[in-house]
Amino acid sequence: MTGTVQRVGQAIALVGVAALLGLLVWKVAFGNEDGAADDLARGEVVTAPAFDLDRLDRDGTLSMAELRGKAVVVNFWASWCIPCRDEAPVLQQTYERYRDQGLVVLGVDVNDFRQDARGFMRKFGLTYPVVYDGKGSTVGKWGVRGFPETFFVDRSGKLVGERISGAVDIERNRDAFERGVALALGSKQ
Amino acid sequence: MRRLGLAVVAAVLALAATAAAAPSPADLEAELVCPTCDTTLDQSNAPVAQRMKQIIRLHIAAGWTEAEIKADLVDQFGPGVLAEPPKSGFDLLAWLLPLGLLVAGALGVGIVAWGWSRRRDTRDGDEDPPGRLDPELERRVDAELERYDA
Repeated sequence: MTGTVQRVGQAIALVGVAALLGLLVWKVAFGNEDGAADDLARGEVVTAPAFDLDRLDRDGTLSMAELRGKAVVVNFWASWCIPCRDEAPVLQQTYERYRDQGLVVLGVDVNDFRQDARGFMRKFGLTYPVVYDGKGSTVGKWGVRGFPETFFVDRSGKLVGERISGAVDIERNRDAFERGVALALGSKQ
Repeated sequence: MRRLGLAVVAAVLALAATAAAAPSPADLEAELVCPTCDTTLDQSNAPVAQRMKQIIRLHIAAGWTEAEIKADLVDQFGPGVLAEPPKSGFDLLAWLLPLGLLVAGALGVGIVAWGWSRRRDTRDGDEDPPGRLDPELERRVDAELERYDA
């Protein structure tokens, strides 16, 4: 009886250790916490991570898949983010300037109140599509580390150029922003 | 006199009901998490946390209950905004699993301890009684004692 109890105890302990080891292996092998931004920085060809989110500029939802065939400037922002206010007019101007060439500026409002985001859009006269990601479900997949951050997606749905951290089109990143827009549209700079 | 007593009781009950319905900002800030910094609101000065605190106060002033305020924030930021997982549905596992593991651990320790104590009892039963000497040694001791007596 004692031997049986001991063997059962050992078996349970072994199963527990194996389960923990399995979790560790799974985390190391598949737990990609870097996100698309880090893959892009390593020079890898990266497909823009998918999402399908509610729109703030009108009713309905919008997915990355629906934007295939268009050049997209994906901007992650929030109404409480101060630099986001600085870049909002630049993004609106970019949308108006390149819209006829098939460029879409897509705002992704993250960790924010819907009413605050809509107030921000009204204040800065944003007419480009904006989706709402209150839960921050896109942050990990895209590798967003702060707000604002901007990515460029070409017509085949691949990330191009470089991720811009901080407000766009300031002295520090004006070239990177223009290069990203050009690459997304398909004209190399 | 009786009417006055009833009125006082009614007033006290009404006050108690109002106090119970009006949530405290401090309690809510300790029970809700800032989505960008993963600490509770009372521990955070992040811009979104500041805004959440403002909204909580506005809701309280508008007469919202604690449940309504939490439901609104969960709707905006997802269930991760709650410091404690809800005690319903799949999230109930978060409460039951540690309890289950604790009970299983206690049972395991109990079974192992019982096994050990039984094994010791069995081993003790098989051994010679204490104080019993080796026959050769006993013979030598007896011989020495006889020699001493002589």
